[in-house]
Amino acid sequence: MKTASPFLEIGADAGPCVDVTFEGAPLRLTEGANLAAALLAAGVEVFRHTKTTGAPRAAFCMMGACFDCLVEIDGVVRQACMVEASQGLRINRPHEAEAHDDPA
Amino acid sequence: MGQGGSCRPARFFYYRGRDMDTDYAIIGGGVVGLSLAWGLLRRGLTVTVLDGDDGSFRASRGNFGLVWVQSKGVNQPRYARWSQQSAAIWAEFANELGANTGQDVPLEQRGGYDLHFSEEALEAKVAKYETLKAQLGGDYPYEVLGHNALRKEESHIGPGVVGAILHHQDGHANPLRLLMALAADVRRMGGRVLTGKTVTEVTKPDGFRVVCADGTALGAGKVVLSAGLGAAELGPRMGFKAPVRAQRGQVLITEKLPKLINRPSLIARQVDEGGIQIGATNEEVGLDDRVTQPGLSGLAAKAVAAYPALAKAQLVRSWGALRVLSPDGLPIYQESATMPGAFIVTCHSGITLAAAHARLMPDWLEGTDAAPDLEVFSEDRFAVS
Amino acid sequence: MIRRDLVIIGAGPAGMAAAVRAADLRLSVSILDEQLRAGGQIYRDVDRAAALRGDILGKDYAHGATLTAGLRRDAIDHLPGAVVWAIEEGFRISYSQDGQGAQIAASHVLLATGALERPMPLPGWTLPGVMTAGAGQILLKQSGVLARNAALVGSGPLLYLIAAQMIRAGTPPAAMVETQGRGDIISAMRHLGGALRGWPYLLKGMMMLAEITRARVPRFTGAQGVAIEGDTKAEAVTFTSAGRSRRIVCDTVFLHHGVVPNTQAARSLGVGHSWSRAQKCFVPAVDEWGQSDIPGVFIAGDGAGIGGAKAAEHAGGLAALKIAEELGRLDPSGCMEQATPLRAALTRERAPRAFLDTAYPPCAEALAPGDSTIVCRCEEITAGDIRRYASLGCLGPNQAKAFGRAGMGPCQGRFCGLTVSALLADANGRTPDETGHFRIRPPLKPVTLGELAAMDAVAQDEAT
Repeated sequence: MKTASPFLEIGADAGPCVDVTFEGAPLRLTEGANLAAALLAAGVEVFRHTKTTGAPRAAFCMMGACFDCLVEIDGVVRQACMVEASQGLRINRPHEAEAHDDPA
Repeated sequence: MGQGGSCRPARFFYYRGRDMDTDYAIIGGGVVGLSLAWGLLRRGLTVTVLDGDDGSFRASRGNFGLVWVQSKGVNQPRYARWSQQSAAIWAEFANELGANTGQDVPLEQRGGYDLHFSEEALEAKVAKYETLKAQLGGDYPYEVLGHNALRKEESHIGPGVVGAILHHQDGHANPLRLLMALAADVRRMGGRVLTGKTVTEVTKPDGFRVVCADGTALGAGKVVLSAGLGAAELGPRMGFKAPVRAQRGQVLITEKLPKLINRPSLIARQVDEGGIQIGATNEEVGLDDRVTQPGLSGLAAKAVAAYPALAKAQLVRSWGALRVLSPDGLPIYQESATMPGAFIVTCHSGITLAAAHARLMPDWLEGTDAAPDLEVFSEDRFAVS
Repeated sequence: MIRRDLVIIGAGPAGMAAAVRAADLRLSVSILDEQLRAGGQIYRDVDRAAALRGDILGKDYAHGATLTAGLRRDAIDHLPGAVVWAIEEGFRISYSQDGQGAQIAASHVLLATGALERPMPLPGWTLPGVMTAGAGQILLKQSGVLARNAALVGSGPLLYLIAAQMIRAGTPPAAMVETQGRGDIISAMRHLGGALRGWPYLLKGMMMLAEITRARVPRFTGAQGVAIEGDTKAEAVTFTSAGRSRRIVCDTVFLHHGVVPNTQAARSLGVGHSWSRAQKCFVPAVDEWGQSDIPGVFIAGDGAGIGGAKAAEHAGGLAALKIAEELGRLDPSGCMEQATPLRAALTRERAPRAFLDTAYPPCAEALAPGDSTIVCRCEEITAGDIRRYASLGCLGPNQAKAFGRAGMGPCQGRFCGLTVSALLADANGRTPDETGHFRIRPPLKPVTLGELAAMDAVAQDEAT
């Protein structure tokens, strides 16, 4: 997750930050940022794996239509692109709780 | 435009006097019609299936997918027995389809529940099962699980569920995979399936003549009407009472989830792909197959009461399907008195009975010595209106 | 349940303009928008972003702030973050806001749900790192997030706009891989006369192209055999152009070959749709006011046929006028009088469409993908699967959906519907209209069972 992100965030120092975790790893995101955008900028490359084949997926449409940016927050699977970053979010790949052996 | 398809004449078959295009014309290409077609083809008969279009009411696409024995035929033991017969040969049937098509037809027969939220209702149901069990000579393997025993089987069961009847002959299948496997195997065996057809006329000048709205016409030795709700209109013209009506069932399905439900019930089952399917309403609303917010909410409330963990699950799809119901809920199997050689085959449980229709019904249609006794399912039981 | 004269779904240009016009005519109005901030996709988050990035995004974007400002008045009930999941006769609109189900009733509904990117199924398009060009723009507009090393793939003016914006922001794209060919531009010339009436639009396009050339961004046109390579993420785009095989190494791929109406809500209501040959998509049946074939249901903006943001704004106003007239708040002559300037403006905005649609046609390979290409992203169904279902008798997408699950996932066919219908139409030798489209049912967007169940309790309480 610490790999350099393929995305660059301009004006990232603009606002206050919040602490969240993705798959247990801590991340600092801009408060109120679009969660999908903030995860991409933070270097998260795989948001989830498909249930059918296990293929990796990440944000695709950014407008709530494609459902590829699904993440699990508080046990509910939601579209990351429709959520804003807020303090303390614990974000996980959907329904992968039993397979958390790769903290990378 | 497909190769070869481009020069297809508007009329695929021409009626040629007494010539017969097919041994059997089957009107309706859902699970019931295709199961019969499959069984007939397997006996070496020629079969043509006339199927509707993409927007037809299709119970085969909207059903709940249970292969179910319990609660069926509490007032008619023959129906209970018929369901048991089908359930008993379902696995063999599914395996054969799977082997023939290379496509799995998922089936699980490890029992199923009737979940109860009140002791009284549970006891009342058990009393009925006991009567039926006696009528069936004791062959009705069920047991009653109290809440704690149920919890050992279903770790997510809700505190409001007082208990369940676990019937060991129950199970569930993937009904859409069954539909596709039948469609594929019927074609593989040489069955002709004509899609986008609406049959407008069946006459019997000598052999049968079946005519469609688009002008397609074919001659057939025998005709089976397995058109679900479509039978209500066409049936009377073929000498049947065909007293079928639509009953709407709204069904919900969630996102794919990790294993949460062990065995199926009438409230919810976890399908092989992972989604939780939740059913179903019973609404007398005619040919309206829409879903409604009160319908969705009512089903969701019951499912969450049964399995509280479902509260966080996302509903991704819902649909309303129209059940094909006879006045007493039993199947209708009848040969036409005015058009001998024409049969109506219609039922509410096309998935449960698919194996019986495929493996046992051909003998009845062909009138062999091995024909099952289906007398109680004849139209004689309906008063003349 | 709250009852309004008009409930508008979607706070983009059409919805916002309609809300303002309707409120001016003293209609009670609620505008439900699934986004947390008004603007739609074209003016996404404009109130926050224009101040931060207005120089990159340009004046057209900043215009959105005048529309969002219009919503800030008591007569308009703006419900942000309200995800509509059912619209039933009557009309009863069910939505989800902050994890709670709610309902609102209305005599009239205006669907202003805008456009979706035309699905662009190419080999590798499901890999992480592949996004729509619209997504790239949204990242920039709303979040100031830019791809460091992106290839832009497809055709259409939006690709030039995003390229120009990336250049201005200091991260020019690695390459433009354009699928339209010279022949397309030549065919489009016959529409140039019409397009010249929309000359400011064309001028902007030419200026963007000049910007791209100045920045020395490599452009490849007539690209064929386009595929995205990568194991667990996008690593390169491969294609041939001008007879040469190319491989562009990149981290991000932005796909675009036009946008299409988002018809989910309209279809769920049973509004009739027909195939538009010009726009190569299904469009709902609406009259010049945006009135559909279902009384009380109006559609405005790109959801009624692609016309762009300005056209959407005018169409939203027209719909509001007609609804006010139907409700007796405006007499027919007043309605016509107010409509005249809107109609003239709408005609002007639509003038370049024919030229653009012809010059930048959808990528042929993505309209008829190869057998191994995934078309349904949710259920991972390939084009070959769909063709096989056709051979098993599937005349339309609903039977194909039953056979193979295409369209059964959470996106409900938004990103495969057009492709599935096109593949079946082609395989069966039938027209798109004969083939039809997925039947869309509630929930239009997923909703938790807990939320649904809570609404059942509410109904019971109210009944007692």
